[in-house]
Amino acid sequence: MTRTIDVSHLPDHAFGPRALTWWGTTGFMVIEGTVFALAAASLLYLRGLSPNWPPSTAPPSLFWGSLNTLVLALSGIPNQLTKRAAEREDLPAAKRWLSLCLVFGVAFCAIRAMEFRVLNVAWYTNAYGSIVWVLLGLHTFHVLTDVLDSAVLRLMLSYAPFKSTMFANTSENSLYWYFVLALWIPVYVLIYLLPLAH
Amino acid sequence: MSEARSVDQHAALTATWSDRPGFIGWLSSVDHKAIGRRFLVTSFTFFAAGGLLAVIMRLQLARPGGTVVGPDVYNQVFTVHGTTMMFLFAVPAMLSMAIYLVPLMVGARSIAFPRLVAFGYYMFLFGGVFLFVALIVNTGPDNGWFSYVPLAESRYSPTKRADVWAQFITFSELSTLVVSVSIASTILKLRTPGMSLDRMPLFVWAMLIVSIMIMFAMPAVMLASTELILDRLVQTRIFDPPRGGDALLWQHLFWFFGHPEVYIIFLPAQGMMSMLLSTYTKRAIIGYLALVLTLTSTAFLGFSVWAHHMFAAGIPQFGASLFTVASIMIALPTGVQIFCWIATIWNGRLVIRTPALYMLAFFVVFLIGGMTGVMLAVIPFDQQVHDTFFVVAHFHYVLIGGAVFPLLGAVHYWFPKFTGRMLSERLGTVAFVLFFIGFNAAFFPQHILGLYGMPRRIYSYAAETGWGPLNLLSTGGAGVMALGIVAYLLNVITSLRSGKAAGDNPWHAATLEWATASPPPPYNFDPIPTVGSLYPLWEPDAAAAPVIVGLRTDERQVLVTHVLDAELDHRYVLPDPSIWPFITAITVTVMFIWSIFSAWGAVYGSIPIVVALTAWTWPRRGMAPAEADRVMRPSGARKAALS
Repeated sequence: MTRTIDVSHLPDHAFGPRALTWWGTTGFMVIEGTVFALAAASLLYLRGLSPNWPPSTAPPSLFWGSLNTLVLALSGIPNQLTKRAAEREDLPAAKRWLSLCLVFGVAFCAIRAMEFRVLNVAWYTNAYGSIVWVLLGLHTFHVLTDVLDSAVLRLMLSYAPFKSTMFANTSENSLYWYFVLALWIPVYVLIYLLPLAH
Repeated sequence: MSEARSVDQHAALTATWSDRPGFIGWLSSVDHKAIGRRFLVTSFTFFAAGGLLAVIMRLQLARPGGTVVGPDVYNQVFTVHGTTMMFLFAVPAMLSMAIYLVPLMVGARSIAFPRLVAFGYYMFLFGGVFLFVALIVNTGPDNGWFSYVPLAESRYSPTKRADVWAQFITFSELSTLVVSVSIASTILKLRTPGMSLDRMPLFVWAMLIVSIMIMFAMPAVMLASTELILDRLVQTRIFDPPRGGDALLWQHLFWFFGHPEVYIIFLPAQGMMSMLLSTYTKRAIIGYLALVLTLTSTAFLGFSVWAHHMFAAGIPQFGASLFTVASIMIALPTGVQIFCWIATIWNGRLVIRTPALYMLAFFVVFLIGGMTGVMLAVIPFDQQVHDTFFVVAHFHYVLIGGAVFPLLGAVHYWFPKFTGRMLSERLGTVAFVLFFIGFNAAFFPQHILGLYGMPRRIYSYAAETGWGPLNLLSTGGAGVMALGIVAYLLNVITSLRSGKAAGDNPWHAATLEWATASPPPPYNFDPIPTVGSLYPLWEPDAAAAPVIVGLRTDERQVLVTHVLDAELDHRYVLPDPSIWPFITAITVTVMFIWSIFSAWGAVYGSIPIVVALTAWTWPRRGMAPAEADRVMRPSGARKAALS
């Protein structure tokens, strides 16, 4: 008689590093974090070649970017509440807080549009302008995709057949938003503060 | 478990885990074995296409003043040859072996994120087709496989050729990245109970390390190629010196990817070497821990040597010296592992079957390539032979010796598992001998040609140079090599039809992929085996190891375990087959191609992608939303509702 290990009593989902999808999400964060690190390295490399930084134009205006930093920091609150609601498996609360996250996300995108207008340099002016636009564009792309992603998830929670793994997905969606939030800190420093260092 | 119940269970599992019927069903497959097979066949098809391009080059160079093709076509041919072999053959072929084998080796019913892997396959396929269609309509990339700026900037490359290269890279890296995330997650979370990290087969170790390397290396070339497209399409100035950009930045970004790439190709082959040597000597590999450490240290060092590709580009001397040291240091782990393998062979008695021949050839060929590599790490020597055929000879010895020989041996070795049939030993030996002799005749003379000063990437040369005879020998060798590949292919085709039946474990190997039928059933294992050692099938009481029961048979449920010790954690349902990864790949392809013609392509082309991705991820089965809303709350009757 073969010895057997019966696993039918094991739970059917888990959170954090126990979950398979957490590792998938982490893998993509590693990939995208590397893209940002290399884009930041490119900026510093190009800065090292230039006698002035910015080379000829005015540095970006601080207002919109700083306001957005504040919005992003505040978005951490509904984000954390969403994450907690998902992890204690409270569907109505998760839906509520995720909706609020979306409001913050959309507000952030609107302010981001203003940021591009006060960079005081076009992407084709010089390499400084190009790399600043690339870095800000890269971050915007991540914000946009995460807002879209959250919107689809929000619709799923209301209208799709429900599976308990959606709680884990919601928790990982919040984790990813933290990642986008954390990325902003170095990007803000590189785009807005570094030009003031001269 | 009674016999009848076991039959019922297999029928239920087969129904749950099989692909859907019909052509749409075929396109919707999320079976890692089906996708792995397609990936492998497709990558070998591109290998053949890249090989034909090599034959064109060799015919052109066979005699002085060759007239097979003109310089413009020749530029496209060598660029697409290199691009194909690196991005469409070497990396995808290694990954496809892993897609097929890793879940079996770790005792899992599936790869993690199977739909993502299917998507990765279609992106790879469409990217490759895009590259070759471009070549056929005379828009093939022509700036070399590394597409250096400023040559690749629109000022010097006004046609779409450079855009095709850059966007093809995006296809290929997207595919590689999603597959690597799936492989790493499979290895970390889907190992069967008992398979702690120190009981993982060495190929699995190699693929874990390679997947992580891919996550750090490939973003560099994706970023670089995207910036190149931006420079060309919307006039950013990143690589444009008159506007503050820098051409060397391209080289840094490219080689930050490009050198690790060599190890991304080479480490899986090392894993294969270890598995095969252990099987054919019937001995535990000597120095398991040392081999894991050499894989890891090679991966780390591989990221600190990129600038040795730029010694002739004028980087600071001190920096160049550091890169020399790092480059020479890589010989240390490589040396350790070669001694481990020699010790393993010494310890047992090597049974010489065709796959073992490829392993032995590795030692000879890779050693020569490794030694010329150490020579090239010395800057004065590098300056002397930079951009000559010496370098061409060197990297073909490293890449073909280090990766293609082991890969051809590995396909031979696992072919019985893939198909249920053995390859012919006789035809296999003929193919090996032709390939081995042809390879050396083709590439050894190129060392000498390089020392005589013959530069790379020239489409023609004068008779007075005296390079004719060695070039003719090289071309003859390439012809013999091609015959070897034809013989190999013939072996595959005839054995598929009439090869000897393989049985579960024809080589008496030790690892779990041999514990199931050949080819494996759609659900891989039932019941799921556990392991108590690194060589589970060689244990005297192998049959007494406990097995896993209790996974559902009506859903694609897999067992998720802890990262370090693979202890039981939870059960997880993987998605059903779906056509949406295929459709998503089409929408991404449309966007990628559109965006090399207009920046708005990237904007409008994204809309269908969002729609397709939503359809892809939308759940089809589960609790009614209203019901979920009622029970999934702190006061709700959750437990009762879920059971």
